[in-house]
Amino acid sequence: MGTVLTVDNINVYYGAIHAIKGISFEVNKGEIVTLIGANGAGKSTTLHTVSGLLRSKTGDIKFLGKSIAKTPAHKIVAKGISHVPEGRRVFQEMTVRENLEMGAFITKADKVKPNVEYVYEQFPRLKERKSQIAGTLSGGEQQMLAMGRALMSNPQLLMLDEPSMGLAPILVDQIFEIIRNLNKSGTTILLVEQNANMALSIADRAYVIETGRITLSGSGEELAKSEKVRKAYLGG
Amino acid sequence: MVRKKKIKAPATPKRLLKGAVKGSEYKREAFIAYAILILGYGFLQLGAGLGIIGHNLQGQFVPICVYVSLAISLNLVVGISGELSLGHAGFMAVGAFSGVVMARILETYISVSSVQLLLSMIFGALVAALAGLLIGIPILGLRGDYLAIVTLAFGEIVRNIMNVLYFGIDETGLRFAFNHTIPLADNSQRIITGAIGATGIRQKASFTAGIFLALFTLFIVLNIKNSKHGRAIMAIRDNRIAGESIGLDVKKFKLTAFVVSAGLAGMAGALFAQNYSTLAPIKFSFNTSVLILVFVVLGGIGNIWGGIIAAALLTILPEALRQFADYRMLTYAIVLILVMIATYNPTIKSTLQMRIHKVTSRIKKRRKETGKEVA
Ligand SMILES: Nc1ncnc2c1ncn2[C@@H]1O[C@H](COP(=O)(O)OP(=O)(O)O)[C@@H](O)[C@H]1O
Ligand SMILES: [Mg+2]
Repeated sequence: MGTVLTVDNINVYYGAIHAIKGISFEVNKGEIVTLIGANGAGKSTTLHTVSGLLRSKTGDIKFLGKSIAKTPAHKIVAKGISHVPEGRRVFQEMTVRENLEMGAFITKADKVKPNVEYVYEQFPRLKERKSQIAGTLSGGEQQMLAMGRALMSNPQLLMLDEPSMGLAPILVDQIFEIIRNLNKSGTTILLVEQNANMALSIADRAYVIETGRITLSGSGEELAKSEKVRKAYLGG
Repeated sequence: MVRKKKIKAPATPKRLLKGAVKGSEYKREAFIAYAILILGYGFLQLGAGLGIIGHNLQGQFVPICVYVSLAISLNLVVGISGELSLGHAGFMAVGAFSGVVMARILETYISVSSVQLLLSMIFGALVAALAGLLIGIPILGLRGDYLAIVTLAFGEIVRNIMNVLYFGIDETGLRFAFNHTIPLADNSQRIITGAIGATGIRQKASFTAGIFLALFTLFIVLNIKNSKHGRAIMAIRDNRIAGESIGLDVKKFKLTAFVVSAGLAGMAGALFAQNYSTLAPIKFSFNTSVLILVFVVLGGIGNIWGGIIAAALLTILPEALRQFADYRMLTYAIVLILVMIATYNPTIKSTLQMRIHKVTSRIKKRRKETGKEVA
């Protein structure tokens, strides 16, 4: 299996704050890889750096073998990385359908329709609500919409930032079920979560981030069993 | 010419980004805005012809068109792009003075004065757009309200430069200097004289030219608003992070709106200048920028025809209130407050919204019945 994403020794700063201190990891084709860690560990910062919104001072980021460390953010999306940012960022004033169409802004016009169909297949809920204004959707539906919109650009790598945040347990189950399905239909996934339990249960491999460093890594199963992870993230 | 390209590029893409409802909303907005301009022009011409409208008010016809255009073009930045610009008068000034200089140069080469006017307006637009580009490039990539600060400073810088700029033509060509008179040959012409401003301007502006300016400005702004480009600009305004996440080049889209808006302001400035024989830099003070912003805010930010009405009324008002002499500005202020109460009053607003909703849902229903609804 080929490597989709290689992050090699990145250091990211917010002014004087050293948020990411030499992180390296990789994501292989067809995998679900998760980065888990407490609030403020540096998970979102890592994703922002991959998607080009922040820059690393050192190291390199490779996507499908080519460096994207200096590629502007909007071109990174076109290369095939979709980022679903934290906090359900939907276009509030547009309808569900229009949000999806916006997701295909950089996609060829003839792909739009089949992509919308694909998203409706994965998220039947969105099809039911296609004409509803996005701002009036429930939290879970907005999360689905943000994920669906990210799929509209035919990503090879989908990066999800805390999709379960603030959702009721039953919705969290649904969202994770969808993530698994998307992965089964061929999308490689980089998942960032505080909900370590759920994330580890679906991940092929996982990394633990603590204050800007990776402190543990292994298969999802291994980490779920690890004493340290259980103590710190799984409540014993 | 150059301008034309700008409209075409965003307007061509497939209608893929337009839902059925949005499309009809757009048509409604465009229809109302064009109707206001054309009817307004008709009524005022008629009133002037029949002698109902006095000379004082007739003298305001060109400024009305200019301020209406400025309100429309500022709406592109403030309403559609969601950025605060406090320097619209600065771009207007750049267009006004560069337009005047160009008009003077053209007078030796072209004899038809309407062609001189048109070319000088295009030139004013280009120079103002260039100024917009120079300011926009370093600023528009940043998050936060930097644009407001920088445009405010820009307006002041332009006015202060104009205050000390001397500009003239003699046999050796164009000459300029700062803060002292330029030694010019005898048969020279001084075009710009420091704080006195541009002098000896030939008055080429007319009400008809003004209405064409307003229509052109409206055409450009509505076209951008309704294009794929416009959808991207409004999406970024709605949620910048989401916009970035779907691969929109935020800086490019914000810059486009800003530069086009600056260019249109410059074009309006060039026409404005040629409505007078002299034009002092003081006309383009911070107060003017704020005044244009007031039109936009009073008309309802992003509501283009609202801005048109506000600009027209508030330009006519001080003139119409002349008979109240000393109480003129007081009355003006009171009217301003009343208009604001009316536009922002929740009861009035919700009544209006309900009306609009009724109409649009009726349209939607009819569309469904005739089976035209887009899946
Ligand atoms: N815009 C910012 N400015 C300054 N510091 C920030 C900013 N965003 C995040 N940080 C800091 O960087 C660190 C990592 O944050 P973040 O990546 O958001 O963590 P996580 O997503 O794991 O909760 C935290 O200490 C946070 O306070
Ligand atoms: Mg985070």
